[in-house]
Amino acid sequence: MHAPAVDCHGVSVRFLSERRTVTALEDVSFSVQPGGFTSLLGPSGCGKSTLLRVVADLIAPSEGQISVLGLSPEEARKDRSLGFVFQDAALLPWRTALQNVELPLEVGGRRSLPTGAATPRELLALVGLAGWENSYPHELSGGMRQRVAIARALLGGPRLLLMDEPFGALDEITRDRLNEELRRIWAETGATILFVTHSVYEAVFLADQVLVLAANPGRVAAVETIDLPRDRDLLIRDTAAFVAIAARMRTHLGKGTH
Amino acid sequence: MTAIPETSLIATSREQSIRSAEDAFREEQRRRRIRGRVLPVIGIASLIGLWAALVYVLKVPPFVAPSPQLVAFTLVDRWGVLMTNLLPTAIEAISGFLLGNLAAILIATAFVHKKSLEQAFFPVVVLLNTIPVVAKAPILVLLLGNGMEPKIAIAALICFFPTLVNMVRGLESVNPQQLELMRVLSASKSETFFKLRLPNAVPYLFSALKIAASTAVIGAIVGEWIGSNTGIGALIIQSTYNFDSAMLYATVIVGSAFSVMFFLTITLIERLVVRWQPANLH
Repeated sequence: MHAPAVDCHGVSVRFLSERRTVTALEDVSFSVQPGGFTSLLGPSGCGKSTLLRVVADLIAPSEGQISVLGLSPEEARKDRSLGFVFQDAALLPWRTALQNVELPLEVGGRRSLPTGAATPRELLALVGLAGWENSYPHELSGGMRQRVAIARALLGGPRLLLMDEPFGALDEITRDRLNEELRRIWAETGATILFVTHSVYEAVFLADQVLVLAANPGRVAAVETIDLPRDRDLLIRDTAAFVAIAARMRTHLGKGTH
Repeated sequence: MTAIPETSLIATSREQSIRSAEDAFREEQRRRRIRGRVLPVIGIASLIGLWAALVYVLKVPPFVAPSPQLVAFTLVDRWGVLMTNLLPTAIEAISGFLLGNLAAILIATAFVHKKSLEQAFFPVVVLLNTIPVVAKAPILVLLLGNGMEPKIAIAALICFFPTLVNMVRGLESVNPQQLELMRVLSASKSETFFKLRLPNAVPYLFSALKIAASTAVIGAIVGEWIGSNTGIGALIIQSTYNFDSAMLYATVIVGSAFSVMFFLTITLIERLVVRWQPANLH
């Protein structure tokens, strides 16, 4: 057995403000196997985005230990082992799609791709945007912008992909299509994925492990391994097995809220 | 057997209707474009017509207000004098524009880089900005003498404030997720500045530059009101004292025309530089 890709132990995050202290996460422990796809599912305000940011070294935990790919989050970040996809694509509007994907090669001391890594053009093709290299973000639809953001996060072959509700602002049809494509991209790249969402269907369809979080304070309500075939398409959502798992998730969510 | 020609017949008639709709649309667009150009001309022409009629009907003496014909005649007749006087004003306005905006950009960069600098000196800048131009002008003439320097300084000061405020806003109003992205990529502070903050500020900068283009000319002219023998400002004062209203109007028109050209130049440069649609600029 390999060391876990992400290992959290007793992680708490508190935000201090003049009026009150908010406990965003309390005593969260979980681990993700290398090559796994884990969804973080929970209502808004349960700290799932905060948890993702702790893993990405964007927020320092108040308590607890985290190891990311056997390193500290900071080392993993500086090692360029992480890719992050934000809720709004966070593309730079003055750069074309291709130039946006190339951004990671222009900052942070990294000037060339590791040998064998996919080029920016190949990554745009991987996310289905071949031919759109020279388009500016305002010329692309919301779904296409998010594809560019995924291609950018995949540049350099990160071993861990962190996704913060990347399809939350998209319409359901586009979201469904991107969910299927994300499963394909995951299979093709072999990266470990940590995916934040508040959609039960999305969480179950995408992942092989779902971490259900409860709010006030943010804590783990349940961890469940999703026992569905590795090869799935959207039709699986109509099967009895899927419906049963989704129902269990909703029960976990129901227990967690008050 | 007959089905094939029939469908192709329907297809061609559909194609034709689409084409005729496109032609009609294009024709409508062309008409709208022409109207967009002709209407302003009609507006200006009617204003000049009204002006000519009022001067004629009310028998306004030429030392109070000239007729448009007289102004046009003066513009042609004294073109040489007008241009000789436009030159120093143009030099002062453009130099002041460059100097004031450059200073504003550099100080905005320093403010964003070091928050405590902004906290200490932004109130000072606001305070200086509250002094009206007509009050700043004599102070600067006393300090810098009678040459072009005080006029350049006034033009620079007048450009400085809007650019500083806009530039600080442009550098700071970066999307938080874009900032997080730069951190995930371990970008240095200067990389974040040049790759993210500076390009983000460019549309804001151009909004300020367009204001500055016309105010710089006003600054130079106001500067010339005090202790100057050349320039558009000096010419305005001279023709007023001489009751030469036609010359006064001609001078004002030359000054305004220069302002408009300056503004249009900046707008043109903006179109060449800002090819993207800023996400968070209204």
